Amino acid sequence: MNQELYHVSANPHVRDKVTTQNLMFYVILALLPTTIFGFVNFGLSAIINVVITTATCVIAEYAWQKLMHKKITINDMSAALTGLLLGINLPPQAPYWIGIIGGLVAIIVVKQLFGGLGQNFMNPALGGRCFLVLSFALPMTNWTYNSAFGSFDAATMATPLAMVKAGETVNWVDMFIGFHGGTIGETSAVCILIGGLFLIWKKVISPIIPCAYLGTLALFVLLFGGHGFDMNFVLCHICGGGVMLGAFFMATDYVTSPITDLGKLIFGIILGVLTGVFRIFGPGAEGVSYAIIFSNLLVPLIEKWTVPAAFGKGGKK
Amino acid sequence: MGLLTFKGGLHPYDGKELTANQPITEYLPQGDLVFPLSQHIGAPAQAIVKKGDRVLVGQKIAEAGGFVSANIHSSVSGTVKLVGPKLTAAGAMVNSIVVENDGQYEAVTYETKPLDQMTKDDILAAVKEAGIVGLGGAGFPTHVKLAPKDPNAIDHIIINAAECEPYITADYRCMMEQGEKLIEGLKIMLSMFPNAKGVIGIEDNKPEAIKKLTAMTANEEKISVAGLQTKYPQGAERSLIYAVTKREVNSSMLPADAGCIVDNVATAMAVYDAVVLGKPLYERVVTVTGDAIENPGNFLVKCGTNAAELVEAAGGFKTKPEKVISGGPMMGMAMFSLDVPCGKTFSSLLTFTKDQVAANEPSNCIRCGRCVSACPAKLLPAKLSVLADHGNFDEFERLNGAECVECGCCSYACPAKRNLTQSMKVGRKEVLARRRKK
Repeated sequence: MNQELYHVSANPHVRDKVTTQNLMFYVILALLPTTIFGFVNFGLSAIINVVITTATCVIAEYAWQKLMHKKITINDMSAALTGLLLGINLPPQAPYWIGIIGGLVAIIVVKQLFGGLGQNFMNPALGGRCFLVLSFALPMTNWTYNSAFGSFDAATMATPLAMVKAGETVNWVDMFIGFHGGTIGETSAVCILIGGLFLIWKKVISPIIPCAYLGTLALFVLLFGGHGFDMNFVLCHICGGGVMLGAFFMATDYVTSPITDLGKLIFGIILGVLTGVFRIFGPGAEGVSYAIIFSNLLVPLIEKWTVPAAFGKGGKK
Repeated sequence: MGLLTFKGGLHPYDGKELTANQPITEYLPQGDLVFPLSQHIGAPAQAIVKKGDRVLVGQKIAEAGGFVSANIHSSVSGTVKLVGPKLTAAGAMVNSIVVENDGQYEAVTYETKPLDQMTKDDILAAVKEAGIVGLGGAGFPTHVKLAPKDPNAIDHIIINAAECEPYITADYRCMMEQGEKLIEGLKIMLSMFPNAKGVIGIEDNKPEAIKKLTAMTANEEKISVAGLQTKYPQGAERSLIYAVTKREVNSSMLPADAGCIVDNVATAMAVYDAVVLGKPLYERVVTVTGDAIENPGNFLVKCGTNAAELVEAAGGFKTKPEKVISGGPMMGMAMFSLDVPCGKTFSSLLTFTKDQVAANEPSNCIRCGRCVSACPAKLLPAKLSVLADHGNFDEFERLNGAECVECGCCSYACPAKRNLTQSMKVGRKEVLARRRKK
């Protein structure tokens, strides 16, 4: 047959324009407000730390795939996103080697060893961060606040959430805006909210996980926080620490969260309860990272029990 | 009535503006006509002519090979050149009757009785004799649909006028140009079922058709027009039944089990032709379109016409296509060659300059869930496709993989460009084959 043949493939013959790459790009875009806020709030060391983690993650992924003779996938931007998330989860004054170690753990151990994008069972950025917190407790909890805007130059001070835990009164509005100590990208609830709403508007993430997570945490704090009906206290818990960043950007990580709506709801509720337990009954003021990576491990179990009833199989006939 | 719809689905680029305003023009074939003996679901028809026989327009040349099967009629007058295997749109070699067209269009005389003297059985016999099958694409023999176990249990006859497949406008043009035929065809079918009412479901991207048919059925007590939300796959049988009646049909049920009979626009018109005029099904409207075609349009095509001739009828190729498709972009079949006949289910010839499937390399699933929200069968394509790829068909069946309707939404929606539908089809085929063995 010398006639030219046309392409054949199974249906459908058209594809949506959305790609993995531009989903990742949207998330990076959505992280920019809080990242830039962090740069302004904390200055040069914050910028350097974020650049280091991002570069480490991208280079580590490239090098690993090159070494293993695998297809290079850094163009999908998932490694850059992991690096950015890890970077804004570091204290601004963290020594620069910390970001390199964190990036290597996140990409090589948590992501690539399990098969790369889509196969990791734990959020790589959080896996990396938790490794760092457990291994290098001191530099990872150095909350020296060095703002160009504050009057407490180079003063070592507690994060607002730690102050709340210690029984001090903090105004939630200050926490909502974000000029205070904390990791680079977690302090400004309003900037995170802007990014999160952008992702929901663009239908990149579903609102179910953030809503279930924050709602459950608020309820938990109200019931077990020991402050009675104190809205300021509840809002401090919502705006303080890593919960906003976690709810909108970490817990919604596609790979490590349930795929169905019901699964997402259950996942969000578990996250809220765990975060509440860790924060109120645990030794530290924080608990978001552990709550998320712990819940990541529950995802296969959640998915087992949340298989939706197929059309015509569950409902009325 | 508000807009009706189903859960899931998506909104692909619809491309209908290319042909929506192109009136139907008749195309007369130049070359030989090829009539595959299997243009429907069910047993192949049996040839009743042999090489050298002279046949006329409308003459039966092959007889249904069983209850679920359909007669085939010649669409031209001429001489039978060959009875043997020929390539069809699905890519398989199928036993076919090849007729050399003499260009005379000498027709047989059709015999009919006036409609008011026909019994239900007469109508059914006329539909069966005319070889009518579902013209939307599946090709299920219509006389089988019209003979459910309990005719009294049928309370809805739904005309599928959604035409949700992008690019295709054949049904739309039929409604705009011959709406009265559609309504008469529906009335004939309604006369067979005492408890049934007729609903014509039209997507709201065809407001002119909704307006026109609503006006035309204003005085019909048993017929209503339902506006459907424009969303793919609104015209999938199960989605349509759900949208109109809120009843769910699964893979082990027939629409009749939910009290419904669903027929496509062209099919209802063919019923009119068969019953009132005695004219068998040997021609249909085909949309010839896509970005590689010079003058996209709608053509009344004799069944058996070579697809390459349709390209010429539409002005030839503007650019060289990478892909040619029988049907729409979501569920149509890609063809490696244009040297195939347009059978009864050939609703559209779609041509693409660029093949989007080849241009998009699949990468790892990121579990974003877009396939899950798009799936009209409420399945987990991301999970099921892996099970099918791994040959784990027991688990595939346990997770209801057989409920897939192969609409293509999951592959369309996938940002990682995975060929989910392909895997789903493999799994489903295996599960259904196992079911038949039991």
